[in-house]
This record gives sequence, C-alpha cells and structure tokens, in this order.
Amino acid sequence: MSQKLYSEIKNNSISPDLKEIPVLQYDIFYELVCDFLKDEARHCIAYYGVPTSGILKLFCYIADDNNSSIAVFSHELDNNTIVLKSITPVCPQLQIFEREIHENFGVVFDGHPWMKPVRYSHYRSDKSNIIDNYPFYTIESEELHEVGVGPIHAGVIEPGHFRFICNGEKVLHLEIQLGYQHRGIEKLFIEKNDSLQRCILSESIAGDTSIGHALAHSQLIESLAGIEVSEALQIERCIALEMERLAVHIGDTAALCGDVAYQLGQVVCEALRTLIINATQLWCGNRLGKGLVRPGGSNYQMNDDVAGEILTVIADVDRRFGEVADRIYSLPSLLSRFEDIGKVTREQALTIGAVGMAARSCGISRDIRVTHPFQFYRSYPIQLLTVETGDVFARGMLRNLEVRESVKIICGLIEIWRRKEKIINKPVYNYKLKPNKVGISIVEGWRGEICHTVITDKGGNIENYKVKDPSMQNWLALALAVRNQEISDFPINNKSYNLSYCGNDL
Amino acid sequence: MTGFILILISAFFFPGVILRAKSIASGRKGPGIFQPVKEIGVLLRKGSVFSNATGVIFQIAPAISLASVICAMAVIPFANQNALISFEGDFVFFSYLLAFGKFFAIIAALDTGSSFEGMGANREAFFSMLVEPAFFILLATFAMFTGCTSFSDIFSHFFVTGNHYVLIYSIIGFYLFIQIAMIENSRLPVDDPKTHLELTMIHEVMILDNSGFDKALIHMGSYLKFSIYGALMYNVIVPAGWNVFLQVSLFMAVQIIFAMIIGLIESFRARNKMNLNPKFILTLSSIGLIAFLIILILTDKLI
Repeated sequence: MSQKLYSEIKNNSISPDLKEIPVLQYDIFYELVCDFLKDEARHCIAYYGVPTSGILKLFCYIADDNNSSIAVFSHELDNNTIVLKSITPVCPQLQIFEREIHENFGVVFDGHPWMKPVRYSHYRSDKSNIIDNYPFYTIESEELHEVGVGPIHAGVIEPGHFRFICNGEKVLHLEIQLGYQHRGIEKLFIEKNDSLQRCILSESIAGDTSIGHALAHSQLIESLAGIEVSEALQIERCIALEMERLAVHIGDTAALCGDVAYQLGQVVCEALRTLIINATQLWCGNRLGKGLVRPGGSNYQMNDDVAGEILTVIADVDRRFGEVADRIYSLPSLLSRFEDIGKVTREQALTIGAVGMAARSCGISRDIRVTHPFQFYRSYPIQLLTVETGDVFARGMLRNLEVRESVKIICGLIEIWRRKEKIINKPVYNYKLKPNKVGISIVEGWRGEICHTVITDKGGNIENYKVKDPSMQNWLALALAVRNQEISDFPINNKSYNLSYCGNDL
Repeated sequence: MTGFILILISAFFFPGVILRAKSIASGRKGPGIFQPVKEIGVLLRKGSVFSNATGVIFQIAPAISLASVICAMAVIPFANQNALISFEGDFVFFSYLLAFGKFFAIIAALDTGSSFEGMGANREAFFSMLVEPAFFILLATFAMFTGCTSFSDIFSHFFVTGNHYVLIYSIIGFYLFIQIAMIENSRLPVDDPKTHLELTMIHEVMILDNSGFDKALIHMGSYLKFSIYGALMYNVIVPAGWNVFLQVSLFMAVQIIFAMIIGLIESFRARNKMNLNPKFILTLSSIGLIAFLIILILTDKLI
C-alpha cells in the first residue's frame, strides 16, 4: 500500500517528470477520483486526454484547497478500449471534461447522462458531427414553445446559441451550445515554435482576460524552463492582474445597470472603467494589458510615474465607484431586478464544480489567490470574499466588494514595490523547456481560475498544451440559474456571469 | 384644426427633448433636438426589405398603424375650438383607433413567424389590454364630472363647472396620462426602448424585421402618439377658455416639460421586472377607480 497512486504538485512549482506520475488501472483511477472529490475543499481543475504514439493517456488534476496542493492522476487506455465507466454520475463536476474527451478522441463514457458536444473542434474524432445536425433537447408538448437565440446576437456579444424551452414567459430549460469561436488555440501552441508568438496567442485566448491568460502561460513556461523572476516583477504582475479585475468588474457593473435600463449607473461605471484601462495603457501602451506579461521579465517596468498615476486613478475610482455602488445596491427599482433573480444554490455550485466568481457568489471559498497562491500573493495574503445568496444581486455585490478589495491590494502592493530592489530583466524568449515534464499553472483571473498545463517530449518541445478557462465549468451555472425564471431575465443573468464564449471554444 | 397642427409640430421635437434630457442627466451633451426626426428622413429615403416568411399583412401594417394614429389625432381638441372630428363618445373611438393600429402591429409581428416577435406581440397585447381600463375609467370620470361624452365637450366644460375639486382630477388626470403614455409608447418602467436584448424587449422586438420606409412610419406613429398624450395632458391642466395665443405657448411648454419628465424618469430608475408590469399597470386602474369614487361621492350620486 505504500505505493504512491498519484503525484502531488504545488501551483507554479518545479514540475514532476512524466514517468513519476503513476499510471493507474481505470477502476483504481475511478475510485480515487470519486473518493477525492467527495471533499468539497477539492475540485477538478483539468481532466483531459493526451494522444501519445497511438495510446491515449488521461490526466486528471484535482486541487486540494486545504494544503494548497494539486493531485495528478493518470490512466492509459489500451489500444482497443474505447468504453470507460463514466465518473459523472458520481461527480457531476467532471461532465464537461468527459464530454470534451469524448468529443476529441471518441472515448465512450458509459453512464454519462448526456454526451453533448463541447465545441466542435477541428480535431474532433467524428467529423460528421456538425452543429447543423445537432439534435437539441426537446420536450414534446402543446403548451411549451422553444425560443432559439443566436448564434448571432444583437449588440457586441460573441456568438453562441441558446435554446430555451418555455412555458409562457417561464424558462423550463436552457440549452447552451457553443463552439462558434473555435480557433484551435491548443494546437497552435504546439505548432508555433516562436515563443513570442505563443505569448501573444495566450493573450488572445479570451480578450477580456489577456493579463490572466498571459500570466498563466508565462508562469508555466518559467516553471518548466527553470527561470526565477524577481519579487519586484512578481508584484508588478499582481498589480496588473488586479487592474484587469478592477476594469472588468466595473465594466460589468455598468453592463448590469444597462441591462435593467438604469442609465446613471451605466454611464458612471463606463466612465470609471475607462480611467482604469487608460492607466493600464499609460503603463504598457495597451488598454487591455497586452504585452505587459512576458515570461522571465518585462518590457514595461513599472516606474514611479506609473505607480503614482495608478495610485491617483484608483483612489479617484474607489471614491466615485463607492458612491455609485452604494446607490446601485440600495435603489429599490434596481434591487427588485437583482434580488432573487437567477439563484444558484451552494449545493448546485459545488455539484457542477463552479469556480471563481460563480462559486464565491454562492458562498464557496474558492479563490486561487488564497488557496493556491502564486506570484507575490504567496507573501501578500489577501482577504477571500464571498457572498452567500447566489443570485444576480450576489454576483453584482461580489464585484462591488472585489473592486474595493482590489483597490486595497494595489495600494498595498505598490507600497511594498517601492521598498523592493527593482531588478527586472527583459523577457526571455530563447528558453529551453525541461524534457519529459508535466507542468501546471493556475491563476485567479477576474472570472476565476485559469489553468494552463503542458507536457513536454524528450526533446523539450511542447507535446501537449491544454488551456482551461473558468467559463468552461461555469456555463452550466448559467443554465441552472435561469431555470424557472422569466425568459426576460436571461440577459441579466448572462451578464451577471459574463462568461467567455471564446474561452470555452478555444 | 389648430390642435391637429400643434400636435404635428410638437411631435417634431418631442423625441429629441427626451433624448437630450437623458443625455444631460447622464453628463453628456447629447444629439440635437431634431436628430430623431432627421433619422426618420434618412429612413424615408431607404427602401424596405421584407423577409420571405412575411405576407401582405406585414407590408401594410406600418401604414395602417400610422393612419390610425393620425385619425386619432383628429379627435383631440385644443382650447375652445372643436376638434376636427367630434361626436358623442369619441374617446371610445380614439382608444380603439389606437388599439386598431396596435392590433395590426401585433399581427404583423406574428406574421414574421419569429419566436422573438411572437413573444413581444404577446407581451404587447397583454399590457395594452391591462392599460385600457385605466384609460376608460379616467375618461368615464371626466364624462361624469362634466356631463359630456366627447373630448371637445369634456375639455371645454372641464374648468367651467365652477367646482374646485377639478384640481384633483387635473392632477390625477395628468399623472395617469403620463403613465398611460409611457406604457403605450413602450418606455420605462414597462419597456426599455434602448435595449439591444431581444428577450427583454416588448415593442422593439415586434419591429425587428421592419426596415427603411416602414420603420420610419412606425417611428412617426410613436412620436405622434407622444404628442397626442401630451395634448390630452395639456387639456386637463389648462382651462380651455384662456387666450389662444397664450395657450399655444403653454401647449409647447407642456409638451417640452412632459418630454423632460419622461427623460428624467428614464435616467434615474431601472425598468420593472417583467412579471411586475401587470401589477404596475393595474395600479393605474385603481387610481382611476379612486378618482371615480371620489366624484360619485362629491356629486352625491353614490347613495
């Protein structure tokens, strides 16, 4: 029994050798994963297949929030096995991952309730499956009617199809079908040999989280190439991440107000978001922070001017956002639109393995910055904020609280940064990755945990690159939130989650 | 005739004033007062595109809607002059003319076969149905108070009964006409004309398939409706016997104030949750009923 059944790694640490990870029989793999996920402090952060010379290898990463470790399980499929017992009936949070493995490699998970395609990727196993012949879920009834929305939406929303089954104004069921934004990001990571291109690629995974994804990628590369970065750079990265959080949260508050036609909140928050992203532009020349985070160093070192400007801007934003947020979350006509709308219970959120904001708005303490700290968060503990109610109000309120907290974090970090020795190298592009390694890097973006994993071959080239955006797990939360709600409340629910379409589609 | 022309004129600046009020309330400069009318001009010069799924109803509906609004305009009096058309019970005619236009808008929306438009049509029909009692209770109150049953007679007798309680009806009438106008014109808090979200729209979603010339007709109808209700409001607060020249300027002032009120309401509140709308609209009927009961008591008819 002393034999190790899984490997434990820490976030952003030296990664284990590929062969150190024990390969389990599927029944042991099944038992272990089920057993592990019973504890609500653990959740699956990635589960995917890697095809190596005709053999499909499965990797399952389970984060343990109690001791900040990540357990890696693995299983190798025989050449002729294509049917596995599905874990989903026991641990529903694996449903999206099993669907993805099924779609990409044709593995059948016996007992999985619904093998719905995830994104119709270019490299799916069955090319005859296309969106046009997809059988949407239907209910036969005279009273019910279906409303199909998208994939082309009014306004500036990304493409995605929503199929509602309604009884009058009430939604009985919502089916979300994505995949229209698929670009083959993961394949591109392998094909692009130029490391700068890979950085730019990571920034384009989800346009609203470019700093988050770039940081996850850079962190991963640094841990595999053995590059150490100075504390000053770590602080700068944390500041950048918090700036992104501030900008998006304030922008989302504006959009929430816009959706319920509250003009004042909308225009004020939009103006404040502009201040934040302009400060980011002053720092790195790009309002969305593209080009700011690079492996090994930075092209845009923070200096006293930038730090001063950021402090002035966020002090101003904090005061003005505080005023408008107090008004938003106390105005009766707004509260009646936010409270008790789109409620997701804590149990539901745990069951589907919700991460990030979607989990914290249901009272689940799940924040990678606290539970698996990375960069300077390791030495700068932050407060984990949760809201209990799980409705649109909770998601709005959580944004409000996180904005206030981010302001404090940035001020605190700049204070420390001023005392640090500022040795920051230029970015490293000609790195060499260690051969035969498994690397994982998780970052708490504004939406939730972003997970990048990589497997290198014996020449140190990238053999497999896997990206998991928090949207992937959280889309199901949206589908649950609108059940038994009015169909006219769908937009506000959707906005309150603000999930990424392209983050799911890759 | 003067009333008819004044309503036409005020329709030119009405939507612009709403927009301007909203812009200023949100700290922006906003477009010129006549921008919405200029946009109609642009639309009028464009052709219409019709989807293959639609039939002749969809093509004639916008014209019929506008025609019904223009006819309805003809029964609104101004000052002491009679309206273009005036007969006993013409407020029923007025209300159902507008309903007739709306009916065509609704069946045109159903004609497109789109699930969105069906949803919007269903909501519009429901809310219009609820707002009807409020309008009739209010007009019945006025009719009882003055003893007349046509708009022209009601308003020319409104302030000459010598009864000081008229102020109560002025206020209640003013309030109800604002609310009814906002509901009939699909504004906040029942509907949001600015939203881009098909699922939350009521009126906007019904006209999603209309384009170019037809869309211009629909907009014209909606702007005219605003100034029609403005004219009704004007009639319940300004005595018909006053000097006509003073009345003309007062009329314009009332229209501008009405537009500004709408703009300000829309700036500082959120719209209702959809299932609160019926309650909200029924409240108007109950206010109307209270006014009705008051008059029954005051005129000693309730025994």
